[in-house]
Amino acid sequence: MENIFKDIEPQVYKSQISVPYQWWAGETASKFFITLRDEKKILGKQCPQCGKVFCPPKKTCLFCYVDTNDWKEVGPKGKVITYTIVYRQQAALKKNVPVAFGLIQLEGSANAMLHYIEGIEPEGITIGMEVEAVFADDKSASIQAISHFRPVK
Amino acid sequence: MEAAIIGIGMTTIEKCKVKATYADLAWEAVNKALDDAGIGIEDIDNVITTSSDFWDGRTISCMAVGDASGVRYKNCSAVEGDGTFGAAYALARSLSGDYKTTLVTAHSKGSESVSSIITNAAFDPIYERGFGMDMISACAMQARAYMHATGTTSEQLALVSCKNHKNAKDNPYAQLPMNITVKDVLNSEMIADPLHKLDCSPVSDGCCAIIIANADFVKKIKAKPVWIKGVAFCSDAYFMGDRDLSKAKALEEAAKKAYSIAGITNPQKEINVAEVYDAFTYQELMWIEGLGLAEYGKAGVMLEKGIYNRDGKLPVNPSGGLLSGHPVIAAGLYRIAEVVLQLRGEAGGRQVNARRGVAHGVNGLCGQSHCVWVLDKDK
Repeated sequence: MENIFKDIEPQVYKSQISVPYQWWAGETASKFFITLRDEKKILGKQCPQCGKVFCPPKKTCLFCYVDTNDWKEVGPKGKVITYTIVYRQQAALKKNVPVAFGLIQLEGSANAMLHYIEGIEPEGITIGMEVEAVFADDKSASIQAISHFRPVK
Repeated sequence: MEAAIIGIGMTTIEKCKVKATYADLAWEAVNKALDDAGIGIEDIDNVITTSSDFWDGRTISCMAVGDASGVRYKNCSAVEGDGTFGAAYALARSLSGDYKTTLVTAHSKGSESVSSIITNAAFDPIYERGFGMDMISACAMQARAYMHATGTTSEQLALVSCKNHKNAKDNPYAQLPMNITVKDVLNSEMIADPLHKLDCSPVSDGCCAIIIANADFVKKIKAKPVWIKGVAFCSDAYFMGDRDLSKAKALEEAAKKAYSIAGITNPQKEINVAEVYDAFTYQELMWIEGLGLAEYGKAGVMLEKGIYNRDGKLPVNPSGGLLSGHPVIAAGLYRIAEVVLQLRGEAGGRQVNARRGVAHGVNGLCGQSHCVWVLDKDK
């Protein structure tokens, strides 16, 4: 089968699928992001059955499968559940390496939030380290309303 | 269970199969599987294709691969995700009694796109995608969590890489057969701490096909069947922050269920060979534990003792695993095909002594979802 390609130069076609999307963030994420932007407060949502508070907030409880109801303020301090430091400049990265990512469990929250860890030499990051949210200066109602997490001094 | 795998076909796994389209790969794997079973496409009464629109760069990719899989005027359905899940769908069809022979295909050509961008798109766009994580950085966080929780070391992770690349030297389908040392792994580029380049599987091209038949059809053919004893899958929460990343709870549940269907009470004693989804070195150890083949946190030590070597008590990834070639989507189906070869005694230089084996596939970031197959030489 290889032989038939002997004198044929394989042709490669370059292209891409480029489709714009606009995702409705949902009422839960919308309230969370707007409060982040306007009040610099981090809100979680509480399950009426087990009492756990989730941040990032959940519309339904991860454990009880019922609607969450009350909003509760959590953080802005928390601890690093796990982390990585990326050293290769992968195509998806938005920043120059090294980039440190962590899962941050905020005080009062049962789950953890993905975010950047900055303000420390990446090699100094540890699991269990206390960190706090640093709010961004710009006015975006998104997860980027938090700029990053930094170690608690 | 009254169903068996009667044929398997694999293409070689390569970094870049520039001379073959995805359809060429499917054509090759399907014809090999048909030859292996000693039947023709006319004997196949339904087909399950497994593909990913993002990896293929086309929407409704399952419709495109159909022609090469022989689906014209046949009953055909599709699964988006790992091949083991496509095969589980095929098995359900077989057990329904309405189908005699189900062909399953799974393919991808990682060389044609950019893994980092595709796997970044697996993250939730509202909360996470914008940070720019991808499969490697996400799994690096899981590796860190697992190592912290269990005391597993970078050296133990590296040893997985040494074992699997060495095993690949006897696998003619493998992409990266190599003799490497723990030092080589630890000195290789740190991509995302704690994962070095040699802790990560490569980007690969490949296609695998298997044929599942009901017991009546098996009686009519000459091929050596491998019997399906138990299959189960289980999923964890979507967001990584909603899971305990240091444990493979979903895999534990899937394995328990699959073993219970298969009548296995002591997997460490009753399983003779395992092909697990080692997309990263740490995953082989985590999945060995999740499959109940080692106590939690102990797989690294067992590995050091040589238990999982090809000549060990419980060979794991004697084929070389995904570390030696990782065609996404097809990867789990290759695990099944490799266990089939082992149980038929046709694994050549990588043959181990096995009567019963387990094959394992994964879907999603950091092993969100697992599919476990228990296969047996005898009915």
